[in-house]
Amino acid sequence: MPRLTDANVTIAKEIIGRYPRPKSALIPILHLAQEQDGYVSEDAMRHIAELLGITPAEVYGTATFYEMFKFEPVGRYCINVCTNISCQLLGAWELLEHAEHHLGIKAGSTTDDGMFTIEDVECIAACTEAPALQVNYRYRYRVTHAEFDLLIADLRAGGLADEIPPHGTLARVRQRTPQNWADTGRTAQAEVDAR
Amino acid sequence: MSDETIDDTDGTDVDAATEPEPEPKRTLTVTVDGRPFEAQPGSMVIDAAIAAGSYVPHFCYHPRMTPVGMCRQCFVEVDGPRGPMMVVSCMTPVAEGQVVRTDTPQVKRAQEGVLELLLVNHPLDCPVCDKGGECPLQDQAFSHGPGESRFVEQKRHWEKPIPISDLVFLDRERCIQCDRCTRFADEVAGDKLIHFISRGNDTQVMTFPDEPFSSYFSGNTVQICPVGALTASPYRFKARPWDLDQRASTCTTCSVGCRTVVQSTRDELVRYQGLDVESVNWGWLCDRGRFNFESIGSDDRLTTPLVRGESGLEPTSWTGALGAAARLVTEALESGGPRSIGILGGARGTNEDAFAWAALADALGVTLRDAQVGDGLPTEVLGLPRATITDAANAPTIVLLGPDLKEELPVLYLRLRDAAEKRRSRIVELSSVGTGLSRYAWKRFPYEPGLGAQAVSAALADPEVRDQLARGPVVVVAGRGNLAESQEVATATLASLLDGLTGAGASWSVLPALRRGNVVGALQLGMAPSEGAGGGLDVLRAAAEGRLELLVLVGSDPMADCPDTDLARRALAGARRIVAVDTFLTASSEQADVVLAAAAYGEKDGTTTNLEGRVSGVVAKVTATGTSRPDWMIATELGLALGHDLGFGSVDDVTDAIATRVPAYAGVTRTAVARNVEGVLTEAPLAFLPPASSSAGERNNYDYRLVVSRTLYDRAVGTATSPSLAHLAPGPAALVHPLDLELVGVSAGTEVQLVGARSSVVLPLHTDATVPRGTVRVRFQQGGGSVGELVDASTPIVDVRIERL
Ligand code: SF4
Ligand code: SF4
Ligand code: FES
Ligand code: FES
Repeated sequence: MPRLTDANVTIAKEIIGRYPRPKSALIPILHLAQEQDGYVSEDAMRHIAELLGITPAEVYGTATFYEMFKFEPVGRYCINVCTNISCQLLGAWELLEHAEHHLGIKAGSTTDDGMFTIEDVECIAACTEAPALQVNYRYRYRVTHAEFDLLIADLRAGGLADEIPPHGTLARVRQRTPQNWADTGRTAQAEVDAR
Repeated sequence: MSDETIDDTDGTDVDAATEPEPEPKRTLTVTVDGRPFEAQPGSMVIDAAIAAGSYVPHFCYHPRMTPVGMCRQCFVEVDGPRGPMMVVSCMTPVAEGQVVRTDTPQVKRAQEGVLELLLVNHPLDCPVCDKGGECPLQDQAFSHGPGESRFVEQKRHWEKPIPISDLVFLDRERCIQCDRCTRFADEVAGDKLIHFISRGNDTQVMTFPDEPFSSYFSGNTVQICPVGALTASPYRFKARPWDLDQRASTCTTCSVGCRTVVQSTRDELVRYQGLDVESVNWGWLCDRGRFNFESIGSDDRLTTPLVRGESGLEPTSWTGALGAAARLVTEALESGGPRSIGILGGARGTNEDAFAWAALADALGVTLRDAQVGDGLPTEVLGLPRATITDAANAPTIVLLGPDLKEELPVLYLRLRDAAEKRRSRIVELSSVGTGLSRYAWKRFPYEPGLGAQAVSAALADPEVRDQLARGPVVVVAGRGNLAESQEVATATLASLLDGLTGAGASWSVLPALRRGNVVGALQLGMAPSEGAGGGLDVLRAAAEGRLELLVLVGSDPMADCPDTDLARRALAGARRIVAVDTFLTASSEQADVVLAAAAYGEKDGTTTNLEGRVSGVVAKVTATGTSRPDWMIATELGLALGHDLGFGSVDDVTDAIATRVPAYAGVTRTAVARNVEGVLTEAPLAFLPPASSSAGERNNYDYRLVVSRTLYDRAVGTATSPSLAHLAPGPAALVHPLDLELVGVSAGTEVQLVGARSSVVLPLHTDATVPRGTVRVRFQQGGGSVGELVDASTPIVDVRIERL
């Protein structure tokens, strides 16, 4: 299982430098790990614990509090179908069942080709547009079964690549990366040391 | 979640905390259910209410840990500016004039409501739960619960108990998420290996995958869990609380002397629980002390006395054995006089045991005696101005010059860790290798074995240290950090430290970190070497040189405990006769001519003295194994067989004799010990450290300097014969810095040969980043290639070569 890459360790150290206590950098670094591998692996958690000087159990405890962190590989597209009350009243269960049939998997699992994961989630604050779902946290409102099928077809064909980045992508444009520092002639380490 | 503490990198917080504050002696007057009560400022409403006699049900609150308000069971009504309001009493500090009501209908409703909610997911499997009968949830559901639940849905289900360590099992269905265990691991033990994971309905206590809760203190979580969610393997399904019989006692596994409750059922010890006393253990125990009761019922215990016959040691009657022992004493006295007899031991028994043996030695005129075998410090260290544990844990400065307290005196480690974490104290550590307290140390002065005096000079020359020393009392925790460094060198280093502290104008006192259970009691009660007679090592040397007609081992096991194994071996071979008093046949007692079976801890009454000089009671809870007898009785009977009536008819006679004959123990009467749960402090007569010189030469570049230190779990007899603990010993290994491993050119775990001046041993080589370069650390008493073979007690330090096989 993967630890953080050297480039990501540099970024992690830069993030740690922003806080008075290293431990405070935990969440951003967990995102970094998820961006790297698509999920937060046990080795990554161990590695993060080392970087922050805390125990793996503390990393694990914090990470598992947040639904957005995944602990095993998920599909390129994570589809969250809301089944809370408003959506439920407007056909969310049926939509979920349809999605399961269409993709041939149960909620909570991933298609064999690694493209899609379906999750059954609580209210995603789009009650006025029920039934709602998210694909990698991008909303789709008042979803009919036909629209769902179309969505899947588009995603498979890469038609929505601009709008919906693959799961785990933190930011498509990083403001300051080791590469940027290199452009300005500063080393990453100098950046860290400067703090 | 508890507040975390800020890393003390700049130390500003300590400064603030140690400013002399005007002590707020004042109490606050609050009214609890109509009765006025004087509460301590800073205490919580729950403390005041309970102290005032109004019980408030609670689960998460624990007086020794930060309140977190997790369970909401402790609601009370407090009058506020806008009339009565409901508050969680464990999170509400007392205030002057506060009016608290714990018994209103409103409070009752809240208590019932919270209990009903806590029971929603609780499996109610009390009939098969170890906690049933002593369970706060069960008890409080009866006393403060609604009686009936409205919940008819499916309860949450988890796999029933899962092991979270070698000793502890977790049943997540029973857990009420009170955060006591996790808070303990974090705040008290500093081993954050368990944590709440997930959230909402899925919240559970868990370890990181494949990283068990292997804390030295894990048993405490089992004791403080308010439900049966955490159980410890040595006690699981052994007894029901109502079948347990218990007495307050004191742990004598190490010299911290934690107060305990020993519990038995059907004449078998099944559990020890920590007793909360302010001056010593605050309710905590280490796992070694908590679970080694198993050794007392071990099948390997000696059940009868043994006498060497044609075919080795053979069981015999007490009359036969005592007669044989008396004959050996008489023969020795006749052929060599009292100077040809040496007595070692006393540190493993009670005060009464040591005192009776010392009395017998006095009667016989035997001066060669010691409770230590070169594994401690000179007795005089007890006569230095003595600090208590509480003094140390409140001193602005603690100087550590001794063993790894986490490994040797675990609950003392907890107290000092607490002092550092709560910013009462700054720790200055002088040691050759990293210890459990290193990460809490304010400053560390590492030194090459043998060169401690240099670290002392460096520390005292440090301007920040000098400023720090001026802030108030300094407590030096003094012991033997490295058994491969001679006692002379350790003494000289300590002396130079104390001189330096005096020179710096510091007001210092010493907390002796001698390890064995009652070593302080034994030394204070007559088992210390008499003046001019030489200590334990001299006794062994005399035996090795054939000058001893008789060596008496009173629970002493030089083969295991003397750092110099070769000396111990030669001593046992060279003594013409050996009489051993022991609970087990050890590597030493199996060489004896007469072995007198001794009653163990938990099988005899008496008192014990901890490292502070605090005397507290130990009790007989179960019948002694076989025909074994307490050491004091054996001494008395042997005395009678030799025509010396020591005058002891019962253990109480011995306790009384100690109080009347030993000035330091004048206050240690039976009533005083029985009345004071905190024990009774004694003071040894003032003494000065004997002159000692440290003359460790320079190390040549090919050699590694040897550090031999103990770990909590080793092959010590009480641990090795406790099945739950025996396999926790880390096993034999030599540890070097990772760069030195490269230099040796082998991969970690490869067996190498450590070649010393007198012998060599084969051990697997591993890395430990806290071991400085040029040093090799070997754990003492781990079985395998005995590192004691390399140690020569007469040389200041030991250098070894590491050779590939
Ligand atoms: S296991 Fe016990 S101590 Fe730990 S949170 Fe659950 S109920 Fe509390
Ligand atoms: S610290 Fe020492 S006295 Fe306390 S429980 Fe552990 S072994 Fe016993
Ligand atoms: S219930 Fe589905 S978004 Fe709120
Ligand atoms: S005891 Fe006060 S909230 Fe748990």
